[in-house]
Amino acid sequence: MTGSDVTREGVRGARPGRDAPTGKHGRRRRGRGERSMVPDAEFSSYYGKPVLNKPTWKPLDIAGYLYLGGLAGGSSLLAAGAQLTGRPALARVAKLGAAGAISLSLAALVHDLGRPSRFLNMLRVLKPTSPMSVGSWLLAGYAPLTMAAAATDVAGRHRLVGSAATVSAAVLGPAVATYTAVLLSDTAVPAWHAGYRELPFVFAGSGATAAAGLALLAVEPGQTGPARRLAALGTAAELGGFQLMKHRMGGLLSEPYEQGRAHTLLRTAEVLTAGGAALAALGDRGPRRVLAALAGAALLTGSAALRFGVFRAGVASAEDPKYTVVPQRERANAAAAADGPPAVP
Amino acid sequence: MTDSGGDETRGARPDPRHGNLLSGPQPDVAGAAGYPDSPPRMGFFTDTSVCIGCKACEVACKEWNAVPEDGLVLTGMSYDNTGGLGADTWRHVAFIEQRKPLGRQEPGVSHDDADVFAAARTLGTCASSPGPGATAPAAGTAPAGAPAGEISPVHPDGRAELRWLMASDVCKHCTHAACLDVCPTGSLFRTEFGTVVVQEDICNGCGYCVPACPYGVIDQRRDDGRVWKCTLCYDRLGVGMEPACAKACPTDSIQFGPLEELRERAAGRVARLHEAGVPDARLYGADPGDGVGGDGAFFLLLDEPEVYGLPPDPVVTTRDLPDMWRHAALAAASLAALAVSSFVGFGRRRP
Repeated sequence: MTGSDVTREGVRGARPGRDAPTGKHGRRRRGRGERSMVPDAEFSSYYGKPVLNKPTWKPLDIAGYLYLGGLAGGSSLLAAGAQLTGRPALARVAKLGAAGAISLSLAALVHDLGRPSRFLNMLRVLKPTSPMSVGSWLLAGYAPLTMAAAATDVAGRHRLVGSAATVSAAVLGPAVATYTAVLLSDTAVPAWHAGYRELPFVFAGSGATAAAGLALLAVEPGQTGPARRLAALGTAAELGGFQLMKHRMGGLLSEPYEQGRAHTLLRTAEVLTAGGAALAALGDRGPRRVLAALAGAALLTGSAALRFGVFRAGVASAEDPKYTVVPQRERANAAAAADGPPAVP
Repeated sequence: MTDSGGDETRGARPDPRHGNLLSGPQPDVAGAAGYPDSPPRMGFFTDTSVCIGCKACEVACKEWNAVPEDGLVLTGMSYDNTGGLGADTWRHVAFIEQRKPLGRQEPGVSHDDADVFAAARTLGTCASSPGPGATAPAAGTAPAGAPAGEISPVHPDGRAELRWLMASDVCKHCTHAACLDVCPTGSLFRTEFGTVVVQEDICNGCGYCVPACPYGVIDQRRDDGRVWKCTLCYDRLGVGMEPACAKACPTDSIQFGPLEELRERAAGRVARLHEAGVPDARLYGADPGDGVGGDGAFFLLLDEPEVYGLPPDPVVTTRDLPDMWRHAALAAASLAALAVSSFVGFGRRRP
């Protein structure tokens, strides 16, 4: 620990701030029952303050936005499939689900803006370098399609327009569900950026399980077969993708996903999603109708918990300078070593 | 103009946009942003080896740019009471105290050989130690070791064991600016001077630039909703004046000028410091080949960047964006495939 030549003996210890680590900075205190995943990293920092400014996004708004986007995108796929294979009850629920979820999702996005009245500035330019710009344009095209699909289905009129809207929404739906992964990854937040390869697959799986969950919860027995199968496939993609992501990130950067609130949420997501998919596989005939509804609720909640968990882990990784400094220091040292020892003048 | 990678090249100069739109060296950053005839790229060279921590830059910046007060608080950790860059702190002076010698510095804080109690006992009893109310001794009569005479002891090699590092941090005005790239409204834009500025009448406060910045510079002003950061005094530059912080800096620690010239000057300064016995001196953000394509505001540091709260090897997040889009497209196709396979085999059995 760095001391100070001008600190008097009597003062030392009474003001812990005087011992603020300006030189070597060790590990901070761990919470209850948390295991160390990697050896304690030694690194320097400026009084332990974060290097990054953490996201200003409100968790309920933005994690909710990610979740509802996934639910809508998955539901649009179910809606088109159900329409094409003659399952009107499934199609109705999925269309209403997609329209409702994307409306709420847009409301959350606007609510999170510092200047909500300037929301339309999002459509001022189209920038491929900005996932939020691409996403805004995507939603501007997608949201009206889901609403047209739902409205024509409920009204029972303009069926041709409705079919076209349903199919078009299903084309855009997968992009709506996965672009949100790019939205998070295209930041300097270590736990988000490092997972950019796998996160879209995790979100795709999570969107599928959410949509399947809604169908299982709300559709009458007999038409939920595809939803049950989608739940199983989505669960495999989500959980498999997530494990792969943590593995690829390595011990240090996967740590934010293994600690604190994020860990609780992600563990809950795992249990609910896997449990929901297993329950859903049992079928929905007779008394199992209740089980199917339970499975649906578990899948919906599990998908939400995953998004909130990923969001929390990212914020935690931005708040601790360790996750920014240590990987960059290792990279810089490796590059310096590759260049050979510095020339002696 | 709102985008670093946009439409066609104008003017006769060779297209600077071939490659290096998202990362890597970019010699003509204003040209790449669509300015056909731009002035030379302007920037800051902050030489922390001569910073005295006076915070005149912080004050001048706040005054000129009318940046609101953001809490008159004491952090208790050092003389740094602003903590870090944010919406209402566009210049931030860092203070670091280390048990480490600085080349030939004689701080004069050590008085190990002085016995203050003995000195107090002789107070007023002899001419060299006059009592209260007496004036300072006349020149030439000061006792050996008093401040008017020699500096207090230093180590035999002429070095002291304490050093203070002070550094005025600021927006880096990156060659490849993540904040600008991810801004969905075009509020953040590249100026003709190659700097990065927020248009406050456009910003809708989406906050995307905040986690995108690899240096933790830009932030949202809570009661206002919009994001704010250093403009490199765009208004002053437009009329040929230097930015307020550089103008106010009493030691020329903050130097403003054409980036090329500053880089040359900085390289010379590092060489001089190395000769003078300060091997720790190094440039930060001056290399056009680094992860952000070089900074428009770069630094001369006396320790590792992370000691000052700077990232050691920042990379603009959008460097990986094409790969991100590819993975997202693949994931979207996979999701569609999952949905299709969920219906295959069910379609005919259950009408």
